[in-house]
Amino acid sequence: MKLTDIQSKTESTFFPEHQGSLYQSLEDKHTTIEEMDDSDPLNAKMVLNMGPQHPATHGVLRLVLQLKGELIEKAKLDIGYLHRGVEKIAENKTYQEFMPYTDRMDYLSPYSNNVALCTAVEKIASVEVPERAHYIRMIGAELARISSHLLWLGTMVMDAGAVSFFIWTFKEREKIYDIMDYIAGHRFTVSHARIGGVANDLTDEATSAIKEFVDSFPKQLESYHKLLDRNRIFFDRNEGVGVLKTEDALGLGATGPVLRATGYGYDVRKFTPYARYDQVEFQVPTRMEGDNLARYYIRMEEMEESIRIIRQCLEQIPSGPIRTNNAKQAYPSKDEVYYSMEGMIHDFMMTDTGICPPEGAEAYHAVESPKGELGYFIQSDGTGHPWRLKVNAPSFCNLQILENILDGEMVSDTVVIIGGVDPVLGEADK
Amino acid sequence: MSSSPAGSLSNTIEEVTKHHTSAVIEAYTSSGDTFLRIEKESLLAVCSWLKEEHDFVYLADIVGADRFTSDERFEVIYNLLSLKNQCRLFVKVRCDEDAPSLESVTGIWPGANWKEREVYDMFGIRFENHPDLRRMYLPEDFQYYPLRKEFPLLGVPGSIPLPNTTPDAD
Repeated sequence: MKLTDIQSKTESTFFPEHQGSLYQSLEDKHTTIEEMDDSDPLNAKMVLNMGPQHPATHGVLRLVLQLKGELIEKAKLDIGYLHRGVEKIAENKTYQEFMPYTDRMDYLSPYSNNVALCTAVEKIASVEVPERAHYIRMIGAELARISSHLLWLGTMVMDAGAVSFFIWTFKEREKIYDIMDYIAGHRFTVSHARIGGVANDLTDEATSAIKEFVDSFPKQLESYHKLLDRNRIFFDRNEGVGVLKTEDALGLGATGPVLRATGYGYDVRKFTPYARYDQVEFQVPTRMEGDNLARYYIRMEEMEESIRIIRQCLEQIPSGPIRTNNAKQAYPSKDEVYYSMEGMIHDFMMTDTGICPPEGAEAYHAVESPKGELGYFIQSDGTGHPWRLKVNAPSFCNLQILENILDGEMVSDTVVIIGGVDPVLGEADK
Repeated sequence: MSSSPAGSLSNTIEEVTKHHTSAVIEAYTSSGDTFLRIEKESLLAVCSWLKEEHDFVYLADIVGADRFTSDERFEVIYNLLSLKNQCRLFVKVRCDEDAPSLESVTGIWPGANWKEREVYDMFGIRFENHPDLRRMYLPEDFQYYPLRKEFPLLGVPGSIPLPNTTPDAD
């Protein structure tokens, strides 16, 4: 199909230059194998735009697919529909002020995002975090992982054709939201981590709710396995679909479960243990196949491991302070703020100036978010605002994989493959 | 485990200064991370050498930064990872303000494709020999590079044509 034919069919009202270059780049992809018959008597070739408003794309993801019949010849992704410029915002906020914005990045696992930013700031400003806070963060982050994987599971099974399953996983997610409500006072955008610790201690209600969940959830997981592990339809839709080859995975920069499904056991929790992940025992599940089914097994096993980690955390969690006592590094507790002059001054200083890392310092800290390696790179100029703050978003890396693995697949498998890669556009678009 | 990565990383730094003496400008650590600043002309040589000889097979991220200085204004930082030696190395190059450009590392790590597009989108640094250098997030019609320090936080009014918010308006 000639470029002019494509463009005549896709006259756009907005951003003509952008649309033109996008279609041109689709046209140019794999130009080395372009020596195909240009005659197309049945007119089977077409360019299909999926998204940005498409229910199966998990957000505002736009795919431009060149089809030949039902086969995807080549695919291009267009992202940025949810670009809010959080990195620019971060440069104009104090570190603590920026923290709630991270909730809105990967909004399916806000707790991991809070922890990622706070640990990065703690690294660059050398803030010591009390032991108890580490464990609370681990519990929160692992609950967030389960919550995110449950959403992935529900939507992926829905993409493969079973709608009622979605309701069951959401029933469990609802429990996690309740727990988050007990822990942080918010269900969705929790903003619970603070630089130097966490906002508040676990209440008895929260602890008992977590314990109850940890006891009841494995049974649910078992029943999910029962439904899916021998399910013919689920297998046929996922096995051998969206294969990412082991030799390509590292070069293309895959991360998280997508990378581990190709055989590399790269997990930041083991690679450079943060919080107290070196104090708990857990496995990093890997598979060799690299297809959608392998990703399913990886994530299911990760949920089991998360439960294991939470159990150990609940056993090992020490009592003690939940935020560092140094008023130059973290907010003082509200008791102090309301009843002492110094506390009030410190609270004001933290809000006004915030924590100031040394001038010229640079640091990168990554955590293992449910989607993969989530890292924050910070350059400081000695003030309370970061000079440069870069988010290394796992969904962004994995969407790039998507552009590569879609080629040669069937168009009906597109939504299943997107589901298997599990991108969150809030994070990928920044 | 904690002692060996640091050991292999200092070994890497030692060898890179030996093999690419003219390329290395400085090597330093900041907050526990190791940085290696090199001449921008030898970026490709050093990167492919690091990948081949020291197993830095994984490119985790590419960070652009605006230093807002009169010379060598922009800085690009490559976040490299060696799974075998369990260490992370940051390779830094700087380039000037007028027509900033660097060699693309997509030939070494194909995954650099989108990451370089993002740096191009945000800072306007062009990557030579990049297979598909378009803007990553913003539309091609947008003329500014938003993460440059002179770009205002509130944006430039009228820089992007937006749809009417009321359906009946012209």
